[in-house]
Amino acid sequence: MAPRDLDRAPRSPGKTDGVSRRAFITASAAVGGGLMLDLSLPLYARSSEGALSRTPATLNAYIRIAPDNIVTLIAKNPEIGQGIKTTFPMIIAEELDVDWNNVRAESAPYDPRAYGAQFAGGSLSVPMNFEMLRRAGAAGRQMLITAAARLWNVPASELTTEPGVVVHKARNRKITYGQLAEVAARVPPPDLGKVPLKDEKDFRIIGQFIGGVDSPRIVKGEPIFGIDVSVPGMRYAVFEKCPVYGGKFVSANLDEIRKLPGVRAAFPVKGGDDLAGLLDGVAIVADKWWQANKALEKLQVQWDEGPSASHSTEGFAKAAAELGKQPAGHTIKKEGDVDAALASAAKVVEASYEYPFIAHATLEPMNTTAHYRKDGKVEIWSPTQLPQQAMGLVTKTFGLKESDVTLHMTRVGGGFGRRLSSDFIVEAVAISKEIGEPVKLVWNRRQDLQHDIYRPGGFHFFKAGLDAQGKVVAFRDHFVTFGEDNKAGNSADMGPTEFPATFVPNLDLGLSTISYRIPTGPLRAPQSNALAFAFQSFIDELAYAAGKDPYEFRLELLGEPRPPEVLQTRFGTQVGFDNARMRDVLKAVAERSGWGKTQLPKGVGRGIAFYYSHQGYFAEVVQARVSPVGEVRVDKVWIVGDVGKHIINPAGGINQVEGAAIDGISGALGQKITFTRGRAVQTNFHEYPLLRMSQAPQMDVHFLQTDHPTTGLGEPALPPAVPALTNAIFAATGKRVRRLPIDPAELRSA
Amino acid sequence: MSYTINVNGQSRTVDVEGDTPLLWVLRDELDLKGSKFGCGMGLCGACTVHINGQPIRSCVTPISAVGEQPVTTIEAIGETEIGKKVQEAWLKADVMQCGYCQAGQIMSACALLEKTPQPTDKDIDAAMSGNICRCCTYTRIRAAIKDAAGLPTADTREV
Repeated sequence: MAPRDLDRAPRSPGKTDGVSRRAFITASAAVGGGLMLDLSLPLYARSSEGALSRTPATLNAYIRIAPDNIVTLIAKNPEIGQGIKTTFPMIIAEELDVDWNNVRAESAPYDPRAYGAQFAGGSLSVPMNFEMLRRAGAAGRQMLITAAARLWNVPASELTTEPGVVVHKARNRKITYGQLAEVAARVPPPDLGKVPLKDEKDFRIIGQFIGGVDSPRIVKGEPIFGIDVSVPGMRYAVFEKCPVYGGKFVSANLDEIRKLPGVRAAFPVKGGDDLAGLLDGVAIVADKWWQANKALEKLQVQWDEGPSASHSTEGFAKAAAELGKQPAGHTIKKEGDVDAALASAAKVVEASYEYPFIAHATLEPMNTTAHYRKDGKVEIWSPTQLPQQAMGLVTKTFGLKESDVTLHMTRVGGGFGRRLSSDFIVEAVAISKEIGEPVKLVWNRRQDLQHDIYRPGGFHFFKAGLDAQGKVVAFRDHFVTFGEDNKAGNSADMGPTEFPATFVPNLDLGLSTISYRIPTGPLRAPQSNALAFAFQSFIDELAYAAGKDPYEFRLELLGEPRPPEVLQTRFGTQVGFDNARMRDVLKAVAERSGWGKTQLPKGVGRGIAFYYSHQGYFAEVVQARVSPVGEVRVDKVWIVGDVGKHIINPAGGINQVEGAAIDGISGALGQKITFTRGRAVQTNFHEYPLLRMSQAPQMDVHFLQTDHPTTGLGEPALPPAVPALTNAIFAATGKRVRRLPIDPAELRSA
Repeated sequence: MSYTINVNGQSRTVDVEGDTPLLWVLRDELDLKGSKFGCGMGLCGACTVHINGQPIRSCVTPISAVGEQPVTTIEAIGETEIGKKVQEAWLKADVMQCGYCQAGQIMSACALLEKTPQPTDKDIDAAMSGNICRCCTYTRIRAAIKDAAGLPTADTREV
């Protein structure tokens, strides 16, 4: 690919294009010999106090080539199971042209001055870094070629590479990267923006099924997760907060707690009002975690619960029903005249949908090890998805400078968005500060479910009109969500591009809010994971009302291909929803599943849905069976996705897609967090069921690899799985699921 | 109180209260951190180890109930023939996402194959349904178990 191709990349999200123009590379001799290539990103080179630094004081060690040909490649983002520690080195290795067997992947330490943005979220790792990492690898390859050209005194143009070696075909000679590394370290690095990239047809690593680089350690049970951290002199802690969010500590039987076996300290911690920050609580510190956790059974705390003690799921539902009868408090998007179109419609369909708060329930409970030293320096070991946020919260909460805090990122036992928050990190720091010793805080499962940063619940009041031909002529959604004064709370919003916006002539998307004081935040495919259920289910209702096949109806609603909108988002310029791409995945999933061509027995049905999120296009078909007593079993899921040109690692990519879809189904089948007297009710997996092996469906995953920029895969397969399931239940039973989780009692036919 | 247990072929003595779950003895007393804490109620299987070759949830098994029975954990399962095969099958299928539950999954899978060398899908469902994978890697867990058993890995369940 020629350098001019950079100019073809404005459709890439984020700032990849701009960054690659400004970035440059520095070479040096590696410790122990060999070549070290550092990619510098001046755009993100900020001093610890946040000021832009003009000099590349610190550098990004992306590539290290040792004399024995072992190539070490750095993955800068946290590994949460999305496979980034494997994916990033694959991209570099491809362009560097090395044998994957000689690659050693390492996670970067947390150092934003060196690495720029380091986070796992928004399915953004690949779209933000793909181009840049390719260029880093290509620059390394070019330097090795230049080194060989100098050594042999021939023009570089006569040289090429094979994996791990530079080749001079004319003289039939070869030299390994390891042998060249030291010379290459003295070669001036090329301009990153101009370095030639491989022809994508020649990719040997990208697109291969490559296993996770940490997997050999995981199958042996090596201690690589946050919860496994051990530091000398470490104590263990639990932290009990008010069951009503933000409630204040009044008193507790701490003298009694201090006498329990192994307990070293028990004390209240003073917190603030940020529900995702440090809140009031009681810390119990013991020699061993089990002792601390057991002491909780005896702990009795008086809390000042505050006004949110009145919150209840029933109360929220009542408030929503009232609001739903009124006009929306805030208009999200209005086109045409919905009322007039409804008045003249041949058929009007009305329905309300509802979904609950849900918790992330990462299998590794929240935990962090912290050491607040007497000299005011703090060291933290934590499984975090968003270290910058953690650093910000720690420095703000304790009045520290970033230079006082060292944050070690560990492997993360499940993220799903929960570890974009850092509440559990400031708690560990607060406890260590009080006792003056290193401490490992581990939440138990009850605390984990009852103090999640929840996916907010929501209510949708839909009304739509069809003309005599069954075309949608009017579409209204009054979204009753959680927030304040008609402004949605964290991850409780809806955007103006929600489909079918711009695909129907008269549209009205509005929003009203129920005030709440419960921590909410992003959960895998935030907003989309809930909106997809409501919108794609209601669209299914419209298909049946129009007397049309749900697949054909959706194709018709998507309409003829048209150029997508160009949108300004907080991640930069992005191309909006491209209906042609969605039509293609929808057609492909119908084809692969044999939609409309399969005779199904009684009680078995298929549902279809599509959804666009995180720049990914996914259409899914679910086959579900419903027993006479209303039990739902998912037989099979067909998925077709379009995330652009490359599936960088099909091993991780397919795994993400299968996992995301089953995750959505798992939630729909049984998960809800309910509130009584301001408290979350559910305590463990018997009350908050996660899908198990015996319920796991067969999966058929297929990608359409299209000529579009490569985007991320962690999230976009989740949203359509939920409505595909509920639509399948309708096909099987004639009963429309309008409230999650699915309630077998409502599906009973016997 | 002092307890001597037999873990991975070694006799280990610890001084803990008798109701301390085996999981926390392994993790915090013996520094065997491969067995994971997920729920503390025997609901998720992340803590699965073998006692006498049987899969048990170590988070609800008090140390006082272990006695002299041999305990095998993920750290030593690769020393058995089946354990080695299962680990290799797990890597070949690239089962892992976050990987947190996988020690427990592997321990349950090994116990299954020890008893039922050629498991059916129903056998797999029965043996593995006590182990939650939050990342939902069930397709690959099923395939990897079949692969370790020398069976075809395609999902042939009737739909």
